[in-house]
Amino acid sequence: MDDFLISPFVEFAFMRRALVGCLALSLGATPMGVFLTLRRMSLTGDAMSHAILPGAALGYLTAGLSLEAMTIGGVLAGFTVAMLSGLVARTTVAQEDSSLAAFYLISLAGGVLLISMRGSNVDLLHILFGTVLALNDAALYLIATISSVTLIGLAILYRPLVMECLDPGFLRSVSSLSPVAHYGFLALVVLNLVGGFHALGTLMAVGIMILPAAAARFWSRDVMGLLAVSTLGALLSSYGGLLLSYHASLPSGPAIILTAGTFYIVSLALGTDGVLRTRIRSQRHFQA
Amino acid sequence: MMPNMNGPKTNGEILRCENLTLGYDRHPAIHHLDYGIRRGALVAVAGPNGAGKSTLLKGIMGTIAPLGGTIHLTGISRQDIAYLPQRSEFDSRFPISVFDMIAMGMWKKVGATGGLGTFGNHLVKEAIHAVKMRGFERRPIGTLSGGQMQRALFARLYLQNAPLILLDEPFNAIDSATVRDLMDLIRCWHEDGKTILAVLHDQEQIRATFPETLLLARERIASGPTSAVLTPENLRLAQSIAEAFDAAAPYCTKG
Repeated sequence: MDDFLISPFVEFAFMRRALVGCLALSLGATPMGVFLTLRRMSLTGDAMSHAILPGAALGYLTAGLSLEAMTIGGVLAGFTVAMLSGLVARTTVAQEDSSLAAFYLISLAGGVLLISMRGSNVDLLHILFGTVLALNDAALYLIATISSVTLIGLAILYRPLVMECLDPGFLRSVSSLSPVAHYGFLALVVLNLVGGFHALGTLMAVGIMILPAAAARFWSRDVMGLLAVSTLGALLSSYGGLLLSYHASLPSGPAIILTAGTFYIVSLALGTDGVLRTRIRSQRHFQA
Repeated sequence: MMPNMNGPKTNGEILRCENLTLGYDRHPAIHHLDYGIRRGALVAVAGPNGAGKSTLLKGIMGTIAPLGGTIHLTGISRQDIAYLPQRSEFDSRFPISVFDMIAMGMWKKVGATGGLGTFGNHLVKEAIHAVKMRGFERRPIGTLSGGQMQRALFARLYLQNAPLILLDEPFNAIDSATVRDLMDLIRCWHEDGKTILAVLHDQEQIRATFPETLLLARERIASGPTSAVLTPENLRLAQSIAEAFDAAAPYCTKG
């Protein structure tokens, strides 16, 4: 049993590094996913991950596969799209979803153009699917730093963010923190996606953010419970996904996300608010 | 325009609208309104649909900017105003308990990171008691009925302890027992010296509780003691003033 569950990580340094990277990523990214789902912005994570592409591509074109250049490029592109779409949504008739869609599509097209001009298909796959089995020290430090910043930021923003989700008008009437909560939150989302794309790629990074959060909704009815369940689910999915990829010789990024996907399907079926329990729950009702 | 704390002489007024025009897409919903509210007044805002009642409250809150004129606040800032909108962006499916939602009213005291503390906890319980919602503390807000939700929102207002309270049709689709309880609360706030401005449709409710009324139909039809304002002639006049939206209206030339 130990051979199966533990020895891959004991024997191979690259597996240990991958595990550390994914666990750190889970701690930061999953709470972001919980708030994205609570704000019905689940697909925003997807859009933002595409928005990051041209920045990462520009970084790659100027400095090759450089962690620093691609990170800075990705963060700048993500922030720009988040700021522009937020600004348009808050000052014009357009809603946030349409303005975000517009800016991320422009950004994505620019990214694809840049990569196809200079890079090879291998590079594109690299950016889209990540290199979790080749995380170096710098990448691990980056992911750990982003997770730490995220947790500290979330501790400070937690209350305004809950109020912004629940009753944004009320938050605006008592405080000027509404835009701080909104943009601060989006900035943390972008940071986590950039951290995630080094490990899992731009496409897969969203998975570790959203799938555990979506699954948690079937287990808990309050925000703290959602955060706890989803983080646990993400940690287990990271570990299980890496094991799966090792033993079945599968690419690790999709293996991790598919494990998270399994967690979602199982929760959907068996969760306390899942399909089966709500169906077989006693038909008798309470007196009051 | 920002509220001006050093506005003209105010004679104990907490709020004054001067030549105020508010509207949407440059079409006025409130047209050249001059009106002041004394500190501690309990005022009903009446008028037909489309009279600009909600718009006036939004203008006071600063969620829409005046097309013309000014709103002066005296001795308070915008964040000292408690506002219960008619249609808010409230997400009642959000997973939060009644207690936690009501405790949002403590924002002024606890801010983004402060704890409620024993005293804060006590205050929240007092507010829940005041709206007769004891026993509902741990319920998710999604399970509340319309009337219970309105009680909970009043408890949050109670905790805000604001000197100026704006209520936009707080008793729509609310049963008479709930209206009675919440009206009692409004009377308590009035006795505490708070200034209250409430948009209401039910004339009996207005006559029973509100000493003063502002009757609007885009312009001010009448204001002052309720019995002098809610006369059949005034009400007919308010009703007859065109509420039609005229897309081809010429520019207003009035001062």
